[in-house]
Amino acid sequence: MGFFQDAFIYLLAAVVAVTVSHRLGLGSVLGYLFAGIAIGPVLGYVGGSETETVKHFAEFGVVIMLFLIGLELEPHMIWRMRWQLLGLGGLQVALTTIALTAAVMAVGFAWQAALVIGMTLALSSTAIVLQTLNEKGWMRSRGGQSAFSVLLFQDIAVIPMLAVLPLLAVGAPVPLDGGEGGHHGSILEGYPGWFQTLVILATIAAIILAGRFLVRPAFRLIAAAQMRELFTAAALLIVVSTALLMDLVGVSAALGAFLAGVVLSTSEYRHALESDIDPFKGLLLGLFFISVGAGIDFGLLFSEFFLIIGIAVGVILVKMLILLALAGIFRMPWQDTWMFGLGLAQAGEFAFVLFGFASASGALAGSLVEILILSVAVTMLLTPALFILFERYVAPRTVSSAARPADEIPEPGTVVIAGVGRVGQIIARLMMAENYKIVVLDHDPNLVERMRETGVHSYYGDATRPDLLEAAGLGEAEVFVAALDDQAQQTALVRHVAEHFPKCRIVARAFDRHHLYELEKAGAHAIEREAFEGALALGKRTLRELGLHPYQAEQKVRAFRRHDIQTVSILREYWTGGMGKKYVTAVRERLDELMQVMRSDRLAGKNMPDKDFSPSRKEDPER
Amino acid sequence: MARVLVLFAHPRTDRSVANTALIAAARTMPGVELVDLYGEYPDFDIDIDREQQRLVDIDCLVMQHPVYWYSSPALLKEWQDLVLEHGFAYGADGPALQGKSLLQVATCGTDRDAYRKKGKYENDLRTLFSPFEQTAKFCGMRYLAPFGIFSAEDAEKDGRLDKIVTDYSRLLGAIRDGSLDLEKAASAPLLNDVLDDAIDEEAAAG
Repeated sequence: MGFFQDAFIYLLAAVVAVTVSHRLGLGSVLGYLFAGIAIGPVLGYVGGSETETVKHFAEFGVVIMLFLIGLELEPHMIWRMRWQLLGLGGLQVALTTIALTAAVMAVGFAWQAALVIGMTLALSSTAIVLQTLNEKGWMRSRGGQSAFSVLLFQDIAVIPMLAVLPLLAVGAPVPLDGGEGGHHGSILEGYPGWFQTLVILATIAAIILAGRFLVRPAFRLIAAAQMRELFTAAALLIVVSTALLMDLVGVSAALGAFLAGVVLSTSEYRHALESDIDPFKGLLLGLFFISVGAGIDFGLLFSEFFLIIGIAVGVILVKMLILLALAGIFRMPWQDTWMFGLGLAQAGEFAFVLFGFASASGALAGSLVEILILSVAVTMLLTPALFILFERYVAPRTVSSAARPADEIPEPGTVVIAGVGRVGQIIARLMMAENYKIVVLDHDPNLVERMRETGVHSYYGDATRPDLLEAAGLGEAEVFVAALDDQAQQTALVRHVAEHFPKCRIVARAFDRHHLYELEKAGAHAIEREAFEGALALGKRTLRELGLHPYQAEQKVRAFRRHDIQTVSILREYWTGGMGKKYVTAVRERLDELMQVMRSDRLAGKNMPDKDFSPSRKEDPER
Repeated sequence: MARVLVLFAHPRTDRSVANTALIAAARTMPGVELVDLYGEYPDFDIDIDREQQRLVDIDCLVMQHPVYWYSSPALLKEWQDLVLEHGFAYGADGPALQGKSLLQVATCGTDRDAYRKKGKYENDLRTLFSPFEQTAKFCGMRYLAPFGIFSAEDAEKDGRLDKIVTDYSRLLGAIRDGSLDLEKAASAPLLNDVLDDAIDEEAAAG
């Protein structure tokens, strides 16, 4: 009874709050946080010790998320990211730790306690940031990639932090096992350091080896059983067992899961794993955010309001300034700089773990830890607001401000193609075969490299960046092909090119009819719905498989195509940016008409005077 | 004023100096509508309703095309197959073309001598084009003698092109203004021969 009741409350709160926050354009993270606040401190349904249990359970969501991240990262990609990881991530953690430690020392704390606080608050929230970046589709931008590098470095940095924490305990040390934060019970305690390191390395090696040589054959067997839930269970088992193993030897469970993910990223089951585990991640992360919301102690918050808010705002400001400076040093474009700076400015969920551990080991006083944890929660609560700030005020303005010099593009193209995914690639090949000078831009370094290997002039870069378009030769290009995957970016790009390069013809790939109208408004000259012709071709194949003669199938598809293209221009005037009543009525009417069009058969044989299959010969005056 | 529709069918206009010059002239003539069939239907997907509407609105249809295998390029044949429907172009309730005229303007690769009884092709242009003539008659149209542009590829080099373009413009203008003697134009074996005779310049001037 109790379980169902709890589950009911959690789920109801999540469903209501997330739906509302999504409607308001605030994203799911804020929705979950508010759901937690609502059922915890506000309504008092859950709270206290319970939230702690839920939080531990929900930390599993973070673990799964890192597994999924690992799954998407092939080893050679990490290798390629190594400079960004070490440079950007290392500098961020080091500089922020120094700055915050100095600040805390300035208030009068001992350097040991200050260092604990400084390095803990240097970490950002992987859960919030990655979830938000994914939701908004910013993961592949330069800012998103940089944020990811930093988060990854932070996740790794947790390990040495955990290692030095006990050394910084200057107060009366509380035995680890007895402490509240003692969830971190490594079996290696008491052994010498070199032995611990050895065991950890051996564990990591074991995970890699198992991933390579054990998991794949096992999955082959499980997949052969053709039971989906078994596969899902096996996938979860991998995550849980690596997490458990890493936990046992005292390393971050999340990092273990991440490692397992990387090992399996090259396996043929990668996509199946991803799609099976993804729903768990979403729900558990939601639970995590709910528990953060529910755990907010409003009593303490109000009694120490200014202190807590002050710490939170201070932390955000310090982190943001350092992040912005780093983005400048690494020459990030203006828009990415702000995404990076605002996005990573909060403190992260590892703070709950580290502070708990710190108070248990006596590195920090318990009362201080409570205030710090509340401050961390406040920074997390403020993060969605910062993202909204970025989205509303920074992102739309990027068009007019080119921040950095353009990338080297040796020769401008007659045809500039933005986006070299499934669509742009084909166009690029066609243009090359026709001997046109082309420049291809994409923000996926992998794709660009692959295209380069096949001899296409492709350049890495964000095609939504004005200076890059300039360098690509859009001033002289005859045609600009907009073939980005992301609908919103695509529209913004077309609008920008239409405004700034009026002489260039714009050919655009539309996602669907509605997107087509948007692109039209944005100023594209020729637009095709990306799946339209492909779908017609498949429809034609279907008709043929049904036994229709190839030419008849062709005729049917032509009639359909013509009618549909007409429909596009008829519905245009009813399209108001959304589907109004009139629009829906018009769609219905067109559909009825389509049935008639398709039923009429203009090639039935009546149209040739000398047809040999005419059923009505008397029509022909010659006979 | 008669309305004239020129259906131009050439898959490679860029390679045809003569046709390029001819359509350039036709395009600028008031009262004459020029349709580039290969331009409008590159995928051969002819919009039947639209083409039929065009025919309803005019008095004279001009088919301008190169001679391909003693006939027209494929798209013009496809156009006939689809647009000249039963119930529209012929049949009990389809006299839409009744009384209108059809004229073929054809560019030929070889000289005129090839198109003689004793020439290389053993037939004159009009005989070779008899399927078009028969089609026109079947639809109740008057078939005018074809206007041939022989050795079209050399026309510019030989200095004949300007005259050809002028003649073509005169011809279209005369049809439009009603100053072409349709009977004379219909009965000649080749329109080239009777052009000056059939156009009543005074009527045109007046």
